[in-house]
Amino acid sequence: MNTNDKVMDLSEAVRRYVSDGCHISIGGFTLNRNPMAAVYEIIRQRIKGLHLYAHSNGQGMDELVGGGCLAKLEIAYGGTGRFASTCIRFKKAVQEGSLQVEDYSNYQMTLRFLAGAMGVPFLPTRSGLGTDIIEKWGFSREMRTADPRLPDYKLRVVENPFGSWGDAEKLVLVPAIHTDVAIVHVQKADRQGTARMEGLPFTDVEQIKSSKHVILTCEELADTEEMRQNSDLNQIPFFCVDAVVHVPFGAYPTACYRYYDYDPAYLSDYSKYAQKEELFRIYLEKFVYGVSNHRELLDLAGKERLQSIKADPRTGYAVNLDRR
Amino acid sequence: MDYSPREMMAIAAAREIRDGDIVFCGTGISMLAAMAGKHISAPNSVIFFETGAIDSQLEEVPLAVADPRVMFRTSVNGSLADAFATMQNRFTGCHVVGILGAAQIDRYGNLNSTVIGDYEKPAVRFSGSGGAADVASFVNRTIIFMQHEKRKFVPKLDYMTSAGWLDGPEGRKNAGLGGGGPWAVVTNMAVMGFHEETKEMYLRQYYPGVSPQEVLDKTGFEVDISKARETPPPTPRELRILREQCDPQKLILG
Repeated sequence: MNTNDKVMDLSEAVRRYVSDGCHISIGGFTLNRNPMAAVYEIIRQRIKGLHLYAHSNGQGMDELVGGGCLAKLEIAYGGTGRFASTCIRFKKAVQEGSLQVEDYSNYQMTLRFLAGAMGVPFLPTRSGLGTDIIEKWGFSREMRTADPRLPDYKLRVVENPFGSWGDAEKLVLVPAIHTDVAIVHVQKADRQGTARMEGLPFTDVEQIKSSKHVILTCEELADTEEMRQNSDLNQIPFFCVDAVVHVPFGAYPTACYRYYDYDPAYLSDYSKYAQKEELFRIYLEKFVYGVSNHRELLDLAGKERLQSIKADPRTGYAVNLDRR
Repeated sequence: MDYSPREMMAIAAAREIRDGDIVFCGTGISMLAAMAGKHISAPNSVIFFETGAIDSQLEEVPLAVADPRVMFRTSVNGSLADAFATMQNRFTGCHVVGILGAAQIDRYGNLNSTVIGDYEKPAVRFSGSGGAADVASFVNRTIIFMQHEKRKFVPKLDYMTSAGWLDGPEGRKNAGLGGGGPWAVVTNMAVMGFHEETKEMYLRQYYPGVSPQEVLDKTGFEVDISKARETPPPTPRELRILREQCDPQKLILG
């Protein structure tokens, strides 16, 4: 158990825990609380060949695909709502065959992270029975048996070993996920890594607990004393965490409940840049490689833009934000 | 009173929501239909999202199911694990209605939201299941939004992401799924139902200004039109609530 001070800067945290070929997961959901500062840092460090596990990841996943960081992806959904009903770089990479994808459902992925967190090899569900999610495999059996990091089966369908108990005759068993590193952006953490998420936690708790290493980026670095008052609001115990990085607006351009909204202008512009190779290269040069850290990206966006997405204290989002 | 096909769709779907339903919805028009259902005729219905938000007070239209707008004044902000448990829990699951959409649908209401072409080398890749396969597996009734086009209403799906009635009346039981399934398909032209015994899609309602034959022309398989009748047009009250209370910024109605 490490109770030491885990605060470090983002480039050090990524250098220490993310390397070529790592198995990783990132927190958040579509356009909310993606650890974007860390995603951009991974792209800037030109890390390659990552294996990403996601349920419904949107912006973070798509930028990692576009940045050329991913070799394999296990996923339930790639989209950012109205900004891209299917993530654009993801769509292109799959159609070109440059990214290997294995499809699951959101609940199956959630159970896979939970199984990893629980230390069991699989968990059962009835979800997906009768569908091609069960029949069609993105990673072949040969590829799976050749790779010790992958289970031999995408999933398995079994008879209920308890007979008819629970009104289920058949079950789908989905294999546990064990990542090298999980990266999650939270509202508050202390220097040891005790952390608090506000609004929806998605599957971040399970993702953190199924990972060997954890990098947390946070809006606010709080005193341990403060975090230990009302500690029932905390979800992450410090011993799960390896690095704590203070990054205000660390989820930008995705949202962070009670702090800021997603930036509709950035996400719309991104969708345009993502449509064409030449444009996407310009995007990366300007917004990712062209800045040395997240602060500089925020400077590019400008004070006015950041002010416009600031969360209203009553609602937790930016009321009447122009989202057309 | 003038109205658009999108408004008719949202209202037609809203009419399928019953008071007391727990309504699972996705993004876009399905969210709008859930909001309209609650405000028009089912005040005790509960809107919930796969992201874990239960009974969100939607003062503004969310643009994604993880939009911070779904987190405001909920009963509970749970996790994904909680949300999907609610759908299959034997005490709450029977009240859940799922609203889904897809790229392709077949006569039994099976859905494709993954690929067009070969799975290994797709011509077009879509977002994938998300929670759709889960909802379709678990809940009692699903309402499916579709654009009515021949290439979307197909005899055979390129990929089956979400289970409808599978291959007929015994399909779900044989596969090990629960008793519920597709209830209605709401399109820009019509509302389709599923025959009680055969579980095959049939034409239940066609919108004012649309003929049953036009619906057939846009459907890639045979459907029974003998029970079809015209959909009552939106009432002024329905339209007013939809426009003024549900989407005043016209983010989804356009």
